[in-house]
Amino acid sequence: MTQTAIAPAIPAPRSPRSGRGTTRTNVEMYSWIFMRASGAILLVLIFTHLFVNLVAGDGISAIDFGFVAGKWASPLWQFWDLVMLWLAMIHGTNGMKTIINDYAEKVGTRLVLKAALYLAFTVVVVLGTLVIFTFDPCPVGAAADLLPSFCPAP
Amino acid sequence: MPDAPAGTLYRGREGMWTWVAHRVTGFLIFFFLLVHVLDTSLVRVSPEAYNAVIGTYKNPIMGIGEAGLVAAIVFHAYNGVRIMLVDFWSKGVRHQRTMFWVVVGLFVVTMAGFLPRHLMHVFGGN
Repeated sequence: MTQTAIAPAIPAPRSPRSGRGTTRTNVEMYSWIFMRASGAILLVLIFTHLFVNLVAGDGISAIDFGFVAGKWASPLWQFWDLVMLWLAMIHGTNGMKTIINDYAEKVGTRLVLKAALYLAFTVVVVLGTLVIFTFDPCPVGAAADLLPSFCPAP
Repeated sequence: MPDAPAGTLYRGREGMWTWVAHRVTGFLIFFFLLVHVLDTSLVRVSPEAYNAVIGTYKNPIMGIGEAGLVAAIVFHAYNGVRIMLVDFWSKGVRHQRTMFWVVVGLFVVTMAGFLPRHLMHVFGGN
């Protein structure tokens, strides 16, 4: 193979970047670290979640309003699900952002897809957080046989 | 931005296909997560509304879908550990291919434990 005419200029290591693409922050590095840290925590949170809900007891066939109410009667499971919601949504949104950046080639397409992504993130995280904190295990007027056993008799 | 150059399929063997699988499983899990928060939010509407929707998760087709979802999560989790070892363990890059087969082995063992139990819950009739 013949040598091409002009060798590309390679700046010395650690020399400051110039022109287009210069950033003041390390947001991408922190998101890279976050993916690994949150991934490790999510592994424990989600495997436990899957075991308790799908493997232990009667699994999926036992899940109903009473099951959820019984779990969220405990602050531990409220906290568990809250952390799982936030970490999983940030982890997933960050991953989707990477996928959009990789495959959406037009600036406008990237903008629309990311706007939709961040809207979905906000709606789901706000909704999920409100549900966990405002949940009432014994709603007034509900049929007693659908409620957990600790609810007072109507 | 120029189009991707044609005819340069990167044949990266295990490393590349694991990367593809990690991306595909992550994509699928994300959309399930959106749906899952919405269905769980129905506990705030009424016990009847929640039970009606969660009831659809108990039919056989959805049951098989849940098996697929768990398979995606288990692979994504184990391969995520492999990625962390590649990044942070000094010998991680050298052993990435071996670790891929460890991921496959652990995946098979985990699913062998999960599937019979879950399918029993779905098809057991109770």
